[in-house]
Amino acid sequence: MPIETLITIAVIFGAIQGFAGGLVYVERKICAFMQNRIGPNRVGPLGLLQVLADGMKFMMKEEFVPHYADKVLFILAPTIGMIAAMLCFAVVPFGPTGNPNDPAYADTYQFVMAKNIDIGILFVFAVSSLNVYGIILGGWASNNKYSLIGGLRSSAQIISYEIPLGLSILGVVLMTGSLNLERIIWHQTAHPWNIFYQPLAFLLFMISAFAECNRLPFDLPETEQELVGGYHTEYNAMKLAFFFIGEYTHMITSSFLMVIIFFGGWHFPFIADADSWVGLKLIVFLTKMFLFIIFFMLVRWTIPRFRFDQLMALAWKVFIPMALVNLVAVMFVKEFAGDHLWILTIVSLAVLVGAGLITTAPVKKVQGVSV
Amino acid sequence: MPILETEVRWVKPPTLGLLDRLYLPAIAEGLSTTIKHVFQPKVTQQFPEERPDLPANYRGLHRLNRDADGRAKCVACFMCSTACPAHCIDIVAAPSPWPDREKYPEMFVIDELRCIYCGMCEQACPCDAIELTSMFDLTGVSRAEMMFDKEKLLSVFDQTAGVGKDPVRTKAGALSCASEPNV
Repeated sequence: MPIETLITIAVIFGAIQGFAGGLVYVERKICAFMQNRIGPNRVGPLGLLQVLADGMKFMMKEEFVPHYADKVLFILAPTIGMIAAMLCFAVVPFGPTGNPNDPAYADTYQFVMAKNIDIGILFVFAVSSLNVYGIILGGWASNNKYSLIGGLRSSAQIISYEIPLGLSILGVVLMTGSLNLERIIWHQTAHPWNIFYQPLAFLLFMISAFAECNRLPFDLPETEQELVGGYHTEYNAMKLAFFFIGEYTHMITSSFLMVIIFFGGWHFPFIADADSWVGLKLIVFLTKMFLFIIFFMLVRWTIPRFRFDQLMALAWKVFIPMALVNLVAVMFVKEFAGDHLWILTIVSLAVLVGAGLITTAPVKKVQGVSV
Repeated sequence: MPILETEVRWVKPPTLGLLDRLYLPAIAEGLSTTIKHVFQPKVTQQFPEERPDLPANYRGLHRLNRDADGRAKCVACFMCSTACPAHCIDIVAAPSPWPDREKYPEMFVIDELRCIYCGMCEQACPCDAIELTSMFDLTGVSRAEMMFDKEKLLSVFDQTAGVGKDPVRTKAGALSCASEPNV
């Protein structure tokens, strides 16, 4: 088994970095198409070798460290960012996994690096939150005001959005009875996907994941217009590339998590069931994941950036209460509704509409000041 | 005079309904707009292969027009170099060897790096001898190379004559023969 695991780690480590490079190309193409442009098309057929050209450029560039920067932390920051992002992936299944309750599960090959980890989701959240160290250390070590502001914003943002991110998933954990990601997939092969029962949780999780990945509309740490480049203003060459690989790896992990937790992983009714061919399951899984990545990119070039106070208000005043209400709703339905889980779908949507209704209620005027 | 009370129009911000407050329909609308653009025809011009279709009044590189006999039409009157705000035209006049004019430019140099492409030289020219063409991608490896002398400016005429874009501003043939008699 260790040999298999080592090979898997080596393959996935390389594949993710290659895929992250490929995503840069996809992102540029999508951006271009949305703006009625063609996008990269000079290097190789359809510009496909652009990825290699970009990678070469990053590697050939002069490694420059500003003399006023804290050298050790300056180099450590992108390393932490990338390691944290890569480490997350250890427990995330990237292909079909069998029945975790099967005694033979531990002896057969599964498409996950560390299989049957019972703290799966906790591990992902714990490690991915280390990413903020990379960003804030990078911002601080650069000894530059723009970088520092970017780092500060990032720490506030990531810490705030981790709460709704975790809370929204607790409902799913309650339903499944496990934090183990393989078990969550297996649970959905026998039951309808979690998205049907908990659409609100999915919405909260997805939007929080956008914020966690520093993607637009939540890319406050690196707003070009106000902060030059944010926390990576002073970075260049491979160190900058590390930050970007970390960011894209985060995006890949988030997409995998959304598919695993809410969209049944490799399962697809009538196409990929428990006894289908492995390759088919793999294709279904990766297609789902890739669709989410495309969605990430579509949103990036569609929705304008939030203001920072709006960003914080959204997390603390909207998402956290909604996630809590959602969690309570799941508890009640699970306790009292028995097998009528469809009630949960209705309750979930009712919470969303209710939250909307609260904000549309007429505003009370207190001495001419609206509250 | 102060603004009348009746003329003041008060505008209130629209009140957001439930759907507006959920923001999801707005996001879906935005996404549908951007996705629609993905399938629209592209507007990119592949520059070196595809040349832009410049408007007829584009002001690019200069040319010295030839008359029907192939001679430079310029009569070395110095109107263009006087009009030039960048002082980039340098003319040396000499007595003309031909009976139909008194002077001709023995030397006619335009510093294309100093030129601001304002087009005042062609407006000043009394016999439509200098014109701006639609050539815009002039490059050189030295400053000396960008000093366009008479031969170079006449060769620009040979390249651009008959393209159909030039001349457009000068009254061709009003004071002397037309710049492009065949067009």
